[in-house]
Amino acid sequence: MKPRLFTYYRWLFLFLAAGLCLLPLWATFVGGFKSTGDLRTNALGLPREWIFDNYVSILFGSRFWQMLGNSAFIALFTVTLTLIVSSMSAFTLAHLRFAGKRWIGSYLTLGLTFPFATAVLPIFFEVRNLGLLDSLWGVILPQVAFNLSFAIVLLRGFFQEIPKELFEAALIDGCSYAKMFIQIVIPLSRPIIATVGVLSLVGSWNNFLLPLVMIDNDALYPWPLGIMQYQGQYGTDWGRVLAFVSLTILPALGFYLLAQKQIIAGLTSGAVKG
Amino acid sequence: MAKTRTVEANGTPDGTYRPEVLSRANGPFKQKVRAALKSGQLTTCLLFLPPALLLFTVFVIIPILESGWYSFFSWNGYGVPQNWAGFDNYRQVLSDPIFTNSLLNNLYVILVSALIQLPVAMWIALLISDRTRNSLVFRAIFFLPYILADVVAGLIWKFLYDGDYGLVAMIYGWFGQQAPFVLATPGWAMAAILLVVVWKYFGFHMALFIAGRQGIPSDVIESAKIDGASQWQVTRHIVLPMMRPVIVLALFFSILGSLQFFDMIIPLTKGGPLNTTHSVVSYLYTFGILRMQVGFGSAVGVVLFIICVLVMVFYKRLFMREPAGERA
Repeated sequence: MKPRLFTYYRWLFLFLAAGLCLLPLWATFVGGFKSTGDLRTNALGLPREWIFDNYVSILFGSRFWQMLGNSAFIALFTVTLTLIVSSMSAFTLAHLRFAGKRWIGSYLTLGLTFPFATAVLPIFFEVRNLGLLDSLWGVILPQVAFNLSFAIVLLRGFFQEIPKELFEAALIDGCSYAKMFIQIVIPLSRPIIATVGVLSLVGSWNNFLLPLVMIDNDALYPWPLGIMQYQGQYGTDWGRVLAFVSLTILPALGFYLLAQKQIIAGLTSGAVKG
Repeated sequence: MAKTRTVEANGTPDGTYRPEVLSRANGPFKQKVRAALKSGQLTTCLLFLPPALLLFTVFVIIPILESGWYSFFSWNGYGVPQNWAGFDNYRQVLSDPIFTNSLLNNLYVILVSALIQLPVAMWIALLISDRTRNSLVFRAIFFLPYILADVVAGLIWKFLYDGDYGLVAMIYGWFGQQAPFVLATPGWAMAAILLVVVWKYFGFHMALFIAGRQGIPSDVIESAKIDGASQWQVTRHIVLPMMRPVIVLALFFSILGSLQFFDMIIPLTKGGPLNTTHSVVSYLYTFGILRMQVGFGSAVGVVLFIICVLVMVFYKRLFMREPAGERA
């Protein structure tokens, strides 16, 4: 008797929580199909009259795709550069012996201590002095720099666990360090590389403050800026705004379904981040 | 502060490694290996380290030092900083009631997270930490809000809170009332933002807790049950104590998240009404960056930096004594 009562409440509670979780998303998605009058009286139900124009005009306009393109460009180079630069230095820090190694290792992990918002003004001037203001590179390079610390910590930890015997054998066979890095370390480290890649991809895709400060030209807006601009432009034409919001959720959703395992692994690997 | 960290991490001077290498290398064969090691290592270091060092120095270290420097000037961003202001900027920041209120808002985010979000997340996590299909479905649903960008979560809830259109309007409509504009009402606006935070982030903490729960060996729990422990006793005396590291981690993530809290505020309220919903970062953005008060904004940045360092040191001191921190 007792356990049955417990399961009953358990399901009730879970369904309630799931409903609260999904309700806003549902309202957003169907809201994109509603007229303004419909939205006013019927925020949650199915549309009384399905209006496809909101979704269609966004999908066939150039703005939406341009924004996604800018974000994709930024994300692609952020992830690639983060992985290349951090894995190279993590490899030297994990497997080579040289003077000042510990100093350099500690130096490169200083970035774990603070978020980039603390230094956003000087970064703005730094980017301006380099002539990268109003360019996608002005977002990419600072992002990569601020990814380095956590990426190096995660990668170095993983690289250190690769058995030393492998390297000794490779050295005896006359393998160079660069070759060792590319042919032994990288292939063996795929899981951690995926984790770091996913973390920096999500961070880059959703970044708002940095492009907000660096980019003024709206042709270069990544989607979080674009969506805010769109909302500012259409104000309370909520049907349009909600359609736009729904469409920007789709890439994240697709990515989550594809890389669920890595995303969860990335989350829990945060344990090393401290 | 940064310096003490580095020194502490260093321990032994670097020179001590060399003899170890040399002593291992005896005999012509190993000497050959050593030579290869030596020559190859140097070039590899010279090729592999500079990109990271350069990027990191230019975009992380120099800016944070510059922040400290700029914060002593009154500067609008053009030319070079010349008007030395001493500690004026800091005095201005720390005596500004809007800033104090922003700090308080950050604290609210942490409190709501610790007192509401984490317990709810833990409760749900314990309900669905098994590997049945139903649990997997629920897990995916609860995690869904977390995959949205903060900006998107903010916009969705701006709609729901809209007194003319959204959910709030509908509920009031049932009673034939005109709904209030929650986000435009001081006092309610911050509470409304906190609700969005809980909605978006509890799934993240749930995922952390599920991972932690699954890390507990099942034989421990089984043997307790055989000894006659009730479900509640198992949870209270075995599961929760064993999940302490994960709980601490979740709390730490909440604090870090709160210190960076910004993206959601802009779509929801932009810090209004009457500047009651700023976080430290949105305060920095609104009063430092938008108005190009570089000295003032930098002072806010430095204050935030100091808070972050203190949190970090506190966290390490308190919770990292166990071998968990061995690598970092």
